[in-house]
Amino acid sequence: MEPVFSLLTGIFLTIAIYLMMSKFIIRMLMGVVILGNAVNLLIFTSGRIMREVPPVIGPGLDVPAGPVANPLPQALILTAIVISFSFFAFLLVLSWRAYSTLGTDNTDEMRVAEPDGTPLPPLGY
Amino acid sequence: MSVADLTFLALLLPFLGAIVAPLVTRILGHNAAWALALVPVAIFLHLTGFSAEIARGEVVTGGYAWVPSFQVRFSWLIDGLSLTFMLLISGIGALIVLYSGGYLKGHPHQGRFFSFLLMFMGSMLGLVASDSFLMLFIFWELTSITSFLLIGFDHQREAARRAALQALVVTGGGGLFLLAGLIILWNMTGISQFSLLTAFAPQVKASPLYLAALILVLGGAFTKSAQFPFHFWLPNAMEAPTPVSAYLHSATMVKAGVYLLMRLYPVLGGTPAWQIILPVFGAATLIIGALLAVRQTDLKLMLAYTTVSSLGLLVLLTGFGAPYAIEAAALYLVAHCLFKGALFMVAGSIDHETGMRDVTRLGGLRSAMPLTFAAALASAASMGGLPPFFGFLAKEEVYAALYAFDGRAIIFAALAVVGNALMFAAAFAVALKPFIGKRVETPQAAHEAPLLLWLGPAVLALMGLAVALLSGTVHQLITSPMASAIAGEARVVTISLAPHFGVPAALSTLTVLLGIGFYLRLARLRAAIAAALAAIGWGPDRGFDQAMRGLVRLSCAVTRRLQTGRLDIYMTATFTLLAVVLIVPPFLYGELARAPVFPQDIPLHELAIMAIAVIGLVAVILAQDRLTAIVSLGIQGFSVAVIFLLYGAPDLAFTQFMIETLAVVILALVMTRLRLSPSDHRPLRESLPDAAIALACGLGATLFLLKVTQAPFDTGLSDFFNQYSKTIAHGANVVNVIIVDFRGTDTLGEIAVVMIAALAILSLVRLRAGSLRRIADNDPDAEEASR
Repeated sequence: MEPVFSLLTGIFLTIAIYLMMSKFIIRMLMGVVILGNAVNLLIFTSGRIMREVPPVIGPGLDVPAGPVANPLPQALILTAIVISFSFFAFLLVLSWRAYSTLGTDNTDEMRVAEPDGTPLPPLGY
Repeated sequence: MSVADLTFLALLLPFLGAIVAPLVTRILGHNAAWALALVPVAIFLHLTGFSAEIARGEVVTGGYAWVPSFQVRFSWLIDGLSLTFMLLISGIGALIVLYSGGYLKGHPHQGRFFSFLLMFMGSMLGLVASDSFLMLFIFWELTSITSFLLIGFDHQREAARRAALQALVVTGGGGLFLLAGLIILWNMTGISQFSLLTAFAPQVKASPLYLAALILVLGGAFTKSAQFPFHFWLPNAMEAPTPVSAYLHSATMVKAGVYLLMRLYPVLGGTPAWQIILPVFGAATLIIGALLAVRQTDLKLMLAYTTVSSLGLLVLLTGFGAPYAIEAAALYLVAHCLFKGALFMVAGSIDHETGMRDVTRLGGLRSAMPLTFAAALASAASMGGLPPFFGFLAKEEVYAALYAFDGRAIIFAALAVVGNALMFAAAFAVALKPFIGKRVETPQAAHEAPLLLWLGPAVLALMGLAVALLSGTVHQLITSPMASAIAGEARVVTISLAPHFGVPAALSTLTVLLGIGFYLRLARLRAAIAAALAAIGWGPDRGFDQAMRGLVRLSCAVTRRLQTGRLDIYMTATFTLLAVVLIVPPFLYGELARAPVFPQDIPLHELAIMAIAVIGLVAVILAQDRLTAIVSLGIQGFSVAVIFLLYGAPDLAFTQFMIETLAVVILALVMTRLRLSPSDHRPLRESLPDAAIALACGLGATLFLLKVTQAPFDTGLSDFFNQYSKTIAHGANVVNVIIVDFRGTDTLGEIAVVMIAALAILSLVRLRAGSLRRIADNDPDAEEASR
C-alpha cells in the first residue's frame, strides 16, 4: 500500500507548493493547510501502513493481541496537526492585520519593510 | 611561583591592568598614569632577569597546553630578538603611559584610553613572545584590533574613523595572509613552533611551496610594517592622539612586520627570492617615505613618513644578505625606537603647549620650552646619525653592510645615502625649525611642558646618548644576542664611538652634508615634491577609498539581487532548491527507488476516498472564486481524515475532522470580511514555471518516500510502546499513552506553542489600526519630528 500513499503524498505536496508560490495571501494560506496534510501523510507512510487495526490494547490484555498500526507516527502526527493549526490561525490573523493596514493581499504591494529603490548606504566612514 | 608562571603572569598583566585602568583613573584622575606605569615597569624588571642567560646565548622557552587536540600550545620563546623587543615595548610603554597621563589630562575618556593602551601593550608583548604559530597569529590580529581602538579613539571625527578602519583593514587583512603562510609552513614541516622550525630550514627552502609561503608571510609583514604600496595607513594613523603615534610607530605595531621577518630569517631567509624582494621593496619604501616626509609640514606627518622610510631601511637590511647587514638592522631598530619615540612625544608636546603642529607656522620656542628643545635636538642628532649618539653607530653599521664594489651594492648604498639624507633634513625640520628663529604667534601662549610630558622624551633622548657611550655593555647584553638570534648563528657586534676611517665613515659624512643641503633648501624641495605628486594625482590612499566604496556598492547590489523584498521570489528560490535537493542526489549517487509494485486488491471505497482527496486538491487550484476554493480545501481535509480512519488511526481522524472544520470556517469568515479583487489567479507565464517547480518537488517527495519505504523497517520503538503502555503507564490506547506519558514533555511544548500563538493572535486582533501604523514607521528621524 505504501507506493499508493507515496504517490498521494507527492500530489498533496505539489498542490501545496504551487499554492504557496502564489502572490495572494489567501492562496498561500490554503497552501500552508495542504502542506500540513502532505507532511502528515509523509510521516504516516514512513511508519508503514496497516489497515483498520488501531493501536489499542483490548480489555484484560497487557499487550496488543495481534499486529496493530504503528502508534509512533500517529503520536507525532497528532502533535503536528495541532501545531500546524495554531500556525495557520496565527498566519491568518497576521494577514488579516496586514490587509487592514496596507489594503492589499498581494505580496508584491507589501513593501513597507523593504521598499523599492532604497538609496545606497553611506559611502563615508 | 616558578619563573615560567611569572612569565605567564607578565604576559597577562597588561590585560589585567586594562581591566582596572578605568577604575583607577576615576579615583586618581590623570595621576593614574603613575600607578598604571607600574604594569610595564614590573614586566620590564621581570624581563631584565633573563638578560644574563640571553647574553650567554641561551634561549628561554616555556608554556602550557592550549588546544591539545591540535597540538597548539600557549608557549613563549625568549631569545635575543624577542627579549630586545619586549624590553623596548615595556620600557617605552612605561614612558608612554606617563606621557598619556599628561597629554590627555582632563579628557573624559582617559581611563578608556589607558585601558586600550595596556591592551595593545599586552597584544604586542604576546606577539613577540609567541613561540607557537597560532599564538603569534592571534596576538598579531589583537594588535590590529587594539590599534583600531586607539587610532579611532577620537571617534567623533570622520578622519579618525577612516584612519582606524584603514589600519584595521590593511593590517588585519595582511594577518590573514600571514596565517595562510604559517599554515603552509606547518604543513610542510609538521612543526608549529618557531623554536623547532630552524632545524627544518633546508627542507623548507627546497620545498616547491617555499615561494608561496614566502609571499604570504611577506603579505603579512609588509602590510603591518607599512611597506610600499601598503604604506598609506601609517601616516593616516596620525589621527590618533600623539601618545598612540609615539608608541605604535616607534617601538611596536609597525615593527611587528620587521620582527616577523627577523624571526623567520633563519628559516626563509638567504634565498635569491628573499634577497631580491626584500631589498627592492625596502629601498622603494625608504625613498618614497623620505620624499613624502620632506613634503609634509605637519610635525606628526613628517615623523610618520620618516617612520615609513626607516621601516623600509630595516626591511632592506634584513633582506640584503651581506656581512654586517643583520647587525646593522638590529642596531638601527633599537636606535629608531629611541629617537622616534622621543621625537613623536616632542611633536605632541609642542602641539599640546602651542595648539599648532604646522612647522611653517612655528618658531622661536627655544626659550619657552628649553627641556623639550634639548630632548628634540638630541633625538634628531641620533636620527640624523651624528656622533656621539646611538643613531651614529647604527648608521656606520648600515653603511658597513651596504657598501661593496659591485653594482647591486652601489645602487642600494646610493639609495640609502639619499634616503638617510632626506631623513636627516626631516629630523632637523621637526627638532630645530620650531625652536629657532623669530617667535611666531601660536593659538596658545607657549610655555614649558609639565613633568609628565617632558619626562618621556628626555629619558629616551638620554638613553640614545647613554647606549652609545656604553656601547660595549649594550652590545654584549642586547645587540649581539639579538643579531645572533636573527641570524640563527653567533654574531658579535663591535662598533663603538672610537673614530674609525674608511668608506662607511665617508658615506656617513656625505649623508650629513647632503642632509644639511636638503635642510637649507627644504621649502623648494617641498614645492617640487608637491608638484610631482599633484601630477601623479592618484595614490594607494585614494585607491583604498575607491575600494571601500566599491565594496559597499557591490554588497548593496548583491543584497538587492538576493533580498528583493518580494515574497514570491523567496518562495520560488526556496522550493527550487528543495526540488534540486530531493531529485539530484539520488541520481548522482545511484540511490533511486526500485520500480514500485502497486497492490491490485485495493478496495473500491479506499480508492474512492483517495480520488475525492485529489479532486478536492485540484478544485482548490481551479476554482473560479475564493469561496469555492475554501470549500474544496475542506474536501481534501476531510478525505485525509477518512484515510486516517481507514488505516488504523481513529485519534488522528477525530482531530483532523475538528481542525479542518475550524480552519475552513475561520478562513471563510475572514475572507468574507476582506474586499478583494474577484480573481487572484496568476497569468500563464507565471503559473507554468511555478507548476513545474511544484511538480518537481512532488515527484522528488514521491521518489524519496518510495525509497524510504523500500528499506527494511526497524520496529524497535513501536514495539517498546506497544509492550509497556499497559504494564507501565496503565493506558490501553497506545497513541494517547505516548502523548501524555512517554513523550509528555513534548506535549507540554506543544501546548506552549498553542498558547503563544493564541496570545499573539489575541494581541494582533486587539491592536487598533492607528497604533499599527506608528509601529510600522520605525524611522527614528520621523519619530523625532512627530513628537
